[in-house]
Amino acid sequence: MAFFARAIRHSSPYLRSRAPPPPAVAASCRWISPTAAAGSPEAGAAVAPADPETPPPREPVGGARVELPSNPEDALEVFVDGHAVRIPKGFTVLQACEVAGVDIPRFCYHSRLSIAGNCRMCLVEVEKSPKPVASCAMPALPGMKIKTNTPVAKKAREGVMEFLLMNHPLDCPICDQGGECDLQDQSMAFGADRGRFTEMKRSVVDKNLGPLVKTVMTRCIQCTRCVRFASEVAGVQDLGMLGRGSGEEIGTYVEKLMTSELSGNVIDICPVGALTSKPFAFKARNWELKGTETIDVTDAVGSNIRVDSRGPEVMRIVPRLNEDINEEWISDKTRFCYDGLKRQRLNDPMIRGTDGRFKAVTWRDALAVVAEVLQQVKPEEITGVAGKLSDAESMMALKDFVNKMGSDKVLCEGNGPSPPADLRSNYLMNTSIAGLEKADVFLLVGTQPRVEAAMVNARIRKTVRATQAKVAYIGPPTDFNYDHEHLGTGPQTLVEIAEGRHPFCSTLQSAKNPVIIAGAGLFDREDQDALFSTIETVAKKFNVVRPDWNGLNVLLLHAAQAAALDLGLVANPTESIKSTKFLYLMGADDVDLDKVPDDAFVVYQGHHGDKAVYRANVILPSSAFSEKEGTYENTEGCTQWTIPAVPTVGDARDDWKILRALSEVAGAQLPYDSLSGVRDRISMVAPNLVHVDEREPCTISSEVKPPVKQQVSSTPFKTVVENFYMTDAITRASKIMAQCSATLLKK
Amino acid sequence: MPWEFTEANMKKVNEILSHYPSNYKQSGIIPMLDLAQQQHGGWVPVAAMNAIAKIVEVAPIRVYEVATFYTMFNRTKVGKYHLLVCGTTPCMIRGSREIEEALLEHLGVKRNEVTSDGLFSVGEMECMGCCVNAPMIAVADYSKGSEGYTYNYYEDLTPKRVVEIVEMLKRGETPPRGTQHPERKNCGPAGGNTTLHADMRRQW
Repeated sequence: MAFFARAIRHSSPYLRSRAPPPPAVAASCRWISPTAAAGSPEAGAAVAPADPETPPPREPVGGARVELPSNPEDALEVFVDGHAVRIPKGFTVLQACEVAGVDIPRFCYHSRLSIAGNCRMCLVEVEKSPKPVASCAMPALPGMKIKTNTPVAKKAREGVMEFLLMNHPLDCPICDQGGECDLQDQSMAFGADRGRFTEMKRSVVDKNLGPLVKTVMTRCIQCTRCVRFASEVAGVQDLGMLGRGSGEEIGTYVEKLMTSELSGNVIDICPVGALTSKPFAFKARNWELKGTETIDVTDAVGSNIRVDSRGPEVMRIVPRLNEDINEEWISDKTRFCYDGLKRQRLNDPMIRGTDGRFKAVTWRDALAVVAEVLQQVKPEEITGVAGKLSDAESMMALKDFVNKMGSDKVLCEGNGPSPPADLRSNYLMNTSIAGLEKADVFLLVGTQPRVEAAMVNARIRKTVRATQAKVAYIGPPTDFNYDHEHLGTGPQTLVEIAEGRHPFCSTLQSAKNPVIIAGAGLFDREDQDALFSTIETVAKKFNVVRPDWNGLNVLLLHAAQAAALDLGLVANPTESIKSTKFLYLMGADDVDLDKVPDDAFVVYQGHHGDKAVYRANVILPSSAFSEKEGTYENTEGCTQWTIPAVPTVGDARDDWKILRALSEVAGAQLPYDSLSGVRDRISMVAPNLVHVDEREPCTISSEVKPPVKQQVSSTPFKTVVENFYMTDAITRASKIMAQCSATLLKK
Repeated sequence: MPWEFTEANMKKVNEILSHYPSNYKQSGIIPMLDLAQQQHGGWVPVAAMNAIAKIVEVAPIRVYEVATFYTMFNRTKVGKYHLLVCGTTPCMIRGSREIEEALLEHLGVKRNEVTSDGLFSVGEMECMGCCVNAPMIAVADYSKGSEGYTYNYYEDLTPKRVVEIVEMLKRGETPPRGTQHPERKNCGPAGGNTTLHADMRRQW
């Protein structure tokens, strides 16, 4: 559908030119310029004689807003199709046209990549320029008269399009990009209706880029977006443009897989069908898909995604633009974990019989069995554990339920023995993800952002590339895709920095906006209080936290972590689990099941038959993130909702509803019956969790913390995420992720 | 297989690098590839490209891109004498195809093949700027390593003369480079000047 919409949009100037000319008053509405004198219609008309056919004024493309610099000398005025627009200095002609509401066709230009200027599709006519100008690479100059709709510009585009289509195969019907292909759309809008090429088309050998990206290199139009993406954003210098002339092709020259955690994004930026998704190949057409704008829960970043589904099936996941979180990229885990949503799912409530086998039962029976056991255990022997993927509503319900049963042992996995839940600033990324771009020195303590939060790592890499920010790292040797200094492997180095004995101190001292990022893996250490107090000492010493800058961050690992700490699911896991007689696992698969006493009754409520199911006595099936409405808080403290994209599997129910039902059967009814009821309850505990799509920074400083008496141990930091592709129940069930682990993690 | 510049060539590499600012080391890729090709008997293996990438501190793919773009860099084995026949229009009109045929027939190889003794290979090049003396070939002599490397033009060829040149090279002789026309001197006309006899400066 998008294809038609685009085609209509591109042809709209023609359609509109037939409409009666707009009244002069309407024309004055479009001026973006703040000053009336500079942008009056008369001024524009005086320099560029008004053409009776001039299309009516347009809004900026995609609703783009332009921030003009405060200093008027840093802005300049150009004329696009006879209309004056004011733009900041340094804009290209193409950007100026976008501000003026003219969508220039392009293939190689991408706003987040460097300018290549090699597709020539964006040619426009500029007055006093002898030839058409490639608008993407031409800086706009004051008073430039840009014409996008003249015969010269149209002919230039048509010619370029003819050349591009010369060697492009006519296989749209069997191409996965069909329907969402830039080349298809733009050839409809700007191309000629026939070509003059009668020779043989060239063909290019397909490349093997791994299990995620399918290549049909004959379709490639050599825009080099993928090459630039790989070297600039992903930081893997593997792809290149090889050969010349008609023998030119994208490749790696030596046989090599693309080993980047962001490799899937080349599928989105490829304007043609040369790079497409391998798991999605020939599965569906884009116009059959229903898009649901939701968020990702496979890590703590909360990347904005669109889940494309057909009927009850998730067909693919693509990124959604959010400048503050994931820009327009997502990690491969986010993009390709979706096949895990269809495998290993729990359909029915099940009870383990005396023979050790599970038997499917009705909800009524399952809840009755659980309630009966609950009556027999002592209140303090009840433990509730929320899993990595739990939403805030279900964690609220779990906490309320366990508390109502008389126990305070409710926790969220991954938060360690004594989580720093008192102050939000102790567990959030206080700088915010987008704020990292202002930093000039990074100190990473026990965190491997590349595998823990690929999008945060992309942001750090972007900063390092743009401003030559320095990165120092304390932790086990690991992969980085930017320059970094490995200071040490253990807390000793951190202590040295805190005491000012380390050579890196001088760098920190001279930093304007230093950033310290501590990994959530530190929560699991015995000496975490001492570690965090050392980190705070470093922060204080080097002015990391100031009224105008908060550079002290914790990078969380799981989607549930931040909300769990907000809601106060903070019991000590080792003690709670050791003494439990009734263990309620809500999607918690990574608890140490060996520690669970043999006579404990284990209820597993979750969507996947993962690790914990082997120990469970009763299974209660729940819905996954793609099937429910849930609140998640990401590592920077931004609250976001998931939106159900597909119906739940089998007899599964939302997590909080199961707990609500169970509470009634167990005789301790929870006081809410609807999602809004749960959210009202949440707003009493953690009001920030109901302010959706808002990042609520912590206002209380960490000064008020009590002094720590603990000593820092000398145990080196550990790698927290061993396998980037398989971190939770969904990704562990995914076949694609298993393939990735097998082929891409091979060292 | 590791590949390294020889000690003597390493000096040249440092000389090349000294031409460019230290943050633009990659500007030296082309001269270094040329040097590597001379050292390695006329072609650049991937190992050599990797070595260069290391020296100029870029990812290997950036060197592969350059090496595959320029046709002067051979990425497969060539003969000790690599004969490059100009195939562009002026030479073609003056019979470069016959020259190439004569070469291929005499050596018993196809284009881009190496003779069994490893001495010769024949390739095609585009215009080398000697159109006034067309047809021509260029002979890249890799037999003496990068120290004795020569790259000579043989112009005004006939199929007979080109075979003679090959025979001379085979015997280890160095045929006189430049025009092979007995009556021409460099790019001047056969039989001496026909106009501009006097020193024109006097008259003006």
